[in-house]
Amino acid sequence: MTFSPELETRLETLMRSCPPGREASALIPMLLYAQDETGALTSEVVEEVARRLGITPLQADEVISYYSMLRRRPAGRHHLQICTNVSCMLRGGQELYGHACKRLGIRNHEVTADGEFSLEEAECLGACSWAPAMLVNYDYHQDMTPEKLDRLIDSLEKKH
Amino acid sequence: MADLVRLTIDGKPVEAPAGTLVIEAARCIGVEIPAFCYYPGLSLQAACRMCLVEVERAPKLLASCTLPVAENMVVRTDTPAVKQARRSMIEFLLTNHPLDCPVCDKGGECELQDMVFRYGAGESRFSEVKQHVEEKRFSPIVFFDAPRCVLCYRCVRICNEGLGVRALGIVNRGVASEIGPNRGDRLECDECGACIDICPVGALTSGIYRYQTRPWEMQHVGTICTFCANGCKTTLGVRNHRIIRGNNRDRSGINGEFLCIKGRYAFDFVHSEERLQTPLLRVNGELQPVSWSRALAAVAEKFTEVKARGGKFGVIGSNHTTNEENYFLQKFARQALGTGNIDHQRTGDVATLLGCTRSLATVADLYSTKAALVVGSDLAQQHPLYAFQLRANWRHHQARVYTVTEGPVREDQYSAGRARVQRGEELAGVERLREQLKAEPELVILFGDAIQGEAVRKLVAFGDSLGIPVKYVCLLDYSNSRGAADMGLTPEPGGGLTLPEMLAAWDLDVLWVVGANPLKNGELAADGAFVVVQDLFLTETARRADVVLPAASAYEKSGTVTSATGEVQALRAALKVMGAKPDLEIFGLIAREMGIDLGVAMPEAVFEEIRQTVRGYNVPLPVIAAGGAAQALAPEAPVAAAGRADLAESARNTLFTSGTLGRYSKALNSVEEAPGGLYR
Repeated sequence: MTFSPELETRLETLMRSCPPGREASALIPMLLYAQDETGALTSEVVEEVARRLGITPLQADEVISYYSMLRRRPAGRHHLQICTNVSCMLRGGQELYGHACKRLGIRNHEVTADGEFSLEEAECLGACSWAPAMLVNYDYHQDMTPEKLDRLIDSLEKKH
Repeated sequence: MADLVRLTIDGKPVEAPAGTLVIEAARCIGVEIPAFCYYPGLSLQAACRMCLVEVERAPKLLASCTLPVAENMVVRTDTPAVKQARRSMIEFLLTNHPLDCPVCDKGGECELQDMVFRYGAGESRFSEVKQHVEEKRFSPIVFFDAPRCVLCYRCVRICNEGLGVRALGIVNRGVASEIGPNRGDRLECDECGACIDICPVGALTSGIYRYQTRPWEMQHVGTICTFCANGCKTTLGVRNHRIIRGNNRDRSGINGEFLCIKGRYAFDFVHSEERLQTPLLRVNGELQPVSWSRALAAVAEKFTEVKARGGKFGVIGSNHTTNEENYFLQKFARQALGTGNIDHQRTGDVATLLGCTRSLATVADLYSTKAALVVGSDLAQQHPLYAFQLRANWRHHQARVYTVTEGPVREDQYSAGRARVQRGEELAGVERLREQLKAEPELVILFGDAIQGEAVRKLVAFGDSLGIPVKYVCLLDYSNSRGAADMGLTPEPGGGLTLPEMLAAWDLDVLWVVGANPLKNGELAADGAFVVVQDLFLTETARRADVVLPAASAYEKSGTVTSATGEVQALRAALKVMGAKPDLEIFGLIAREMGIDLGVAMPEAVFEEIRQTVRGYNVPLPVIAAGGAAQALAPEAPVAAAGRADLAESARNTLFTSGTLGRYSKALNSVEEAPGGLYR
C-alpha cells in the first residue's frame, strides 16, 4: 500500500536514522505516524510497515498490543483519554471518567455511533500537578471537572 | 585453555572460560540454579527471574543466566535472600496459574511443578479469584492454555531463532500477556511442535498426545524416524502397543532435540485402520485373506517353479526397510533366485558421489563447518534437520551458508550468497559463487537430485578446484535410501534391469516388491507376471499383487538404517502390530519354505555379515548398540556406479508429505499447511 508523500518522506527519514541492520528500531514512531494518517493500524498498514522493516506482522503486533497509544481499530474523531491513576483519582478522575461514560453513552475503548468520540481510561499522562487531567487526541486539558468536560464536549460537537 | 576465570560458587572454587555464564559455571560443579527462560542454544531472555543469585559486593540479587563469570567473583545460591526471591517468584507465577496438576497434561513432567516442589512456598497469600482465559486451538497440533503460561519466551525463541519460522509472539501487556500465533487466531508454520516440547509448563500441548496418558505410564523407546533421510532419533512413548507420542527430549541422537512434524507426530500411520494384518492371496481373481502358511507356500512354489524353468525375476526393494533387510533381499535375489534385476526407487545419485570422493560430511559437521553450500534443495522443507543445523551454526558460529536453488528458500533469511537458477542450471549457479567460496576456509556441499551422474563428478571437481577442504552430502528422500544403495539394491552391472525396465519388461515372470509402490505412477507391462508385495498398506502396487504379505513398520522392528550423511544407527522395536511381520522375517520364511539356506534371518546375524562384507560398513558395534551413530566410510577404491544415474529422482517431498507412509498419517494430513510446496 502507499502512504501520502509527506508520510513517505517521514518514514524514509526514520528508517535512515537507524544504524544499518537496526531499522526495526523505527517501528514505534513509524506505526504512530502511520496511525495518525490512516486512523488505525489495520492489518494492511501493519503488514506494510512490517515488510519495510523486515519483521513479521506478528512482531509488529507484539508492540502494538503492548502500547495503548497504538490502535488496531479506529478511534473517534475526538479521542478522549481520561487519567484515573493515583493523583488524578484523588482529585476526582474516577468521577470525571464516569461522567464521560454517561455523557457519551460509551465505555472504555468504545466509539460513539457517529464515530465522533471515543473514550479511554488512561494511565498516568504525566500531568499530576494539574490533576485530574485528560487528553483530546494530542491536546491536554487540565484541572478538569464534570462541568468543564461538558463544555469541552459541547465545543467539540460544534466544531464539525 | 588460555584465559580461565577463577571464582567461587557456594564456597566451592570454579574455573571457567571467560564468557561463561554463572548459571552454567554452577552446573559444572553440581550446583543447580533454577530457571525457566534460560535455555542453552537460545538467546538470553532474563525474563523469569528464577535464577537470581547473591554476588558479593553487588548491591542486589543478579540474574545468573545473563551474568558472565568474573575473576574472584563470589557467588552464593543458597542464602536466605536467594531462597526468598525464588519463593516470591513462584508465588507470583502461581497467582493465575490453575492448580489442577492432577488433570493437567503436563503433570509429572512439569518444570513449574518441580520448581514449586523444590523451591516454592507451601502456601499462597493470594486469595483473589484467578483470572481465567479459555484454551485456544492454534492448529490441530498446537493448543494453547494461557493461564498456565509463565512467559518464559522459550517457544517464541525456538520458533524465531531455531526454526526461523517466526510464528509465535507475545501479545498484550502485563497480566493479559499471552502467546499469540502468526495468523491472528491460528498458526501457519512448520507444525513441528518444538514450541510444545520446549514449553516448561502445560501451556502449549499437542493435539496428538494430550489427555491420553500420564507420562509415567509410557515406555520410552528411542528409535530412528522412518520418514526422511536425515536420521533423527525419535523417542516414542508407547503404552499397550500403542505409540502415543514422539519427541527427543533427552537429546540422544544426531538431532539433539530437533524433530519435524514427521518425527514428532506422524507415527500414527502405524495405527491406521488400513494397516494390512493378514496375508492376501489372489483366488479366482480376488485378493482374499489367507493364513501365513498358505501365502508363503504360494510364493515359494512360484519362485521355485520360475527359477527351475529359468524364468525372469524382478526385485524391487525399499527406501524404508533396514540395511539387514535390504542386504538379505539382494542376497536372496542374486544367490537364491539367480537374478540381477534388482533396484529401488533411487532419489539421489549417492552412488556416483561415493565413486569420486571419500570426503563425506556428518550432521555434526553441518553445525561446525565454517561454510556450507546448498545446491538444488529447499532444505527447510526437504531436509529439516540439516536446515536446523546450518541455521544453528550460523546463529552460534556465524557460519556462512550459500544457496543455489530454483526458488526462494528459508536459508535466504541469512545466507551469505545465493544464486537463483533454472532446474538443470545448478552447476552454472555454483560457478557464479566461486570467488566467494574460494575465500572460505572450508566447505560442506549438500546437493539434491538435480546433480547426478556427470554433474556429480563436475561438482566434486569444482570442490577440488577451490583449494580448501570440502565435504559432501548427497541429499536423499527416505530413511534408508542411502542404505538401499549401499546394500546393493541396484541392478547387477552388465545386464540387470533397472526399476523402469522391470516394469516395461513384457516377459517378466515374477515381480517381488518390498516396501515400495512403483505402480503408483507406473504400469506393469507383463500382464501375466506373478506379483508378490510386502507392505504395510494395500497400495496401488499391492492391489495388482497375487500375494500380499503384511509387513511391520520400522517402529516394530530392530535393525539398522543409514542416513543421507551415511550415519548408521540402530532401530529399536517399540511395539508389535498383530499380524504384521518384519520383512527380514518374511524373507527367512520364504527361504525356508523354498528349502534354501541363506543364513540366519536375524538382524544381529545379518548386520555382522554386512560389517564383514559391505565396503565401508565395518562400523564399531558398541557405538551402534548403545544407540549412537557411526558413519559408514566411503569405500577406499572407487565403486562403479551401478545402473543409470539419471534414474535418480527425488519425490520432492515437503514437510507434510512422505511417500506411502505420509499418505496414511492422519496427523500429517490434518494440518492446513499440508501438502505444502517447495520454493515458496
